Amino acid sequence: MKAYISIFRLRVAVQLQYRAAAAAALFTQFFFGFVIIMVYHAFYASSSQVQPMSLQQAVAYAWLGQATFRMQPWNGDQEVMAMIRSGNVAYEMCRPLNLYFLWYSRLVSLRLVPTMMTGIPMFIVVLFLPTGFKAALPVSAAAGGAWFLSIFMALLLGCAISNLITISSMWTIAGDGMQRIFPAVIMVLSGLIVPLAFFPDRLQQLLRFLPFSGLVDIPFRFYLGMIPASDIFSLGLLQLFWTGVFVIIGIRLVSMGMKRVVVQGG
Amino acid sequence: MLDSLKLYLKLIRINIRSQMQYKASFILFTIGNLVVTIIEFVAILVLFARFGSLQGWQLEEVAMFYGLINIGYVLSEAFGRGFDTFDLQVISGEFDRVLLRPRATELQIIAHDFLLLRFGRFLQGLAIFMWASVNLGIIWNPAKVVLLIFSVIGGIAVFTGLLIMQATMCFWSTQSLEVMNSFTYGGVYALQWPLPILNRWFASFFIFVVPVACVNYFPLLAIMEKPDVLQSPLWFQWTSPIVGVIFLMVSLAVWRFGVRHYRSTGS
Repeated sequence: MKAYISIFRLRVAVQLQYRAAAAAALFTQFFFGFVIIMVYHAFYASSSQVQPMSLQQAVAYAWLGQATFRMQPWNGDQEVMAMIRSGNVAYEMCRPLNLYFLWYSRLVSLRLVPTMMTGIPMFIVVLFLPTGFKAALPVSAAAGGAWFLSIFMALLLGCAISNLITISSMWTIAGDGMQRIFPAVIMVLSGLIVPLAFFPDRLQQLLRFLPFSGLVDIPFRFYLGMIPASDIFSLGLLQLFWTGVFVIIGIRLVSMGMKRVVVQGG
Repeated sequence: MLDSLKLYLKLIRINIRSQMQYKASFILFTIGNLVVTIIEFVAILVLFARFGSLQGWQLEEVAMFYGLINIGYVLSEAFGRGFDTFDLQVISGEFDRVLLRPRATELQIIAHDFLLLRFGRFLQGLAIFMWASVNLGIIWNPAKVVLLIFSVIGGIAVFTGLLIMQATMCFWSTQSLEVMNSFTYGGVYALQWPLPILNRWFASFFIFVVPVACVNYFPLLAIMEKPDVLQSPLWFQWTSPIVGVIFLMVSLAVWRFGVRHYRSTGS
């Protein structure tokens, strides 16, 4: 355990170097956030029906989505994938560590640090934007607590999914096409692109039980008070359950992949 | 001029032929790209299914904006790929070789690479555009077809112009400026929606600074024969794509200014 924690801390220090990238991402995410909110304003103004979430909630949801954008499993760990492609993964195999958890702890820092660097400043700013664009604080302290726990579990879940993408490159050397499809599908099903509450009602039932709502939709609804904070036990368990499933699949895949690995000399 | 064009076409032909050596990879990439962009459109479908309409705009009209902006963007990526990866050429010093050849630098850079891999996005944009046009019952006449072609050319010009400006920054920082990306992606995302729903500042930005609206919103209004809530004159809707070409010319001027200030990174 200690070894993995020090790998995590080392990678955090590396990630902290990318300040220019963080600033650029911050700019982009503000830009997108504003446009998304303008689109919501226009949609809400054109319908008199009662919507599953209020405009204020949709606005806060949009900002939460932008602030945690860099936490999501958009891809695998590019450095590890390059190692697998080039054969340098042989060095990784020499380490007296479990490869799965080695890569997993790298991923946690890879997701956590950029998210903190852009997400925290961004979130502070959006609390003070003019009405119509500003996000509110969590509805209650309990909702905030549930959100915090749930977003942390979303991080663990997202890293388990990212790790599967990383590991998949042991089989698909040139599988870039596939490695783009899955994240795109996952992000729609998670509710990041459009809140799940806007999906057709029948489809929502299914989407809520799929693993991906645990990345975005569940934590965000805690924040907005759309689900009571006491549900953290059942929904948190759902998040943990899916994380466990992905971790077990990942561990199995690593040991399968390692058996058939051929390292070319040179 | 004609001579340069011939040379460009020849270089691109060679480039495409070499990429087509990996047919399976090309097909897989195209399918992957297609799926990703279809999913993007699902977001628009879901919102329309929930809200019905968007301040007087119907789904098909938004689909027209979406289709056209994506076609222009993806073609600019294909043509302007050399500028997109220009920072690598500066870092490796390869640009020094470009300067030695008796041809325009910009020609050599765009002939450097032609990105076929985004073909899926092009297909999707085209399919959605055609679907929307049929559903809206748009009556096409030669004038409208010409306007559409000019809008596509204008779209390629605007996005290529952005790529060129981003590449020009490399002369000073050797690290391409990522902020330009948010204008590109942000422009594509914002202009897939009707311009009037955007806030005044954003709309003005996309008309006067990065003129994406001039190659998308205005000409499409003329094609759809829809009155403009922003009250743009009809003659402007028919001529606005020219603004995209002007934008490209400005960015080329900036580029030439940058080339004069280029200092090699050494070997």
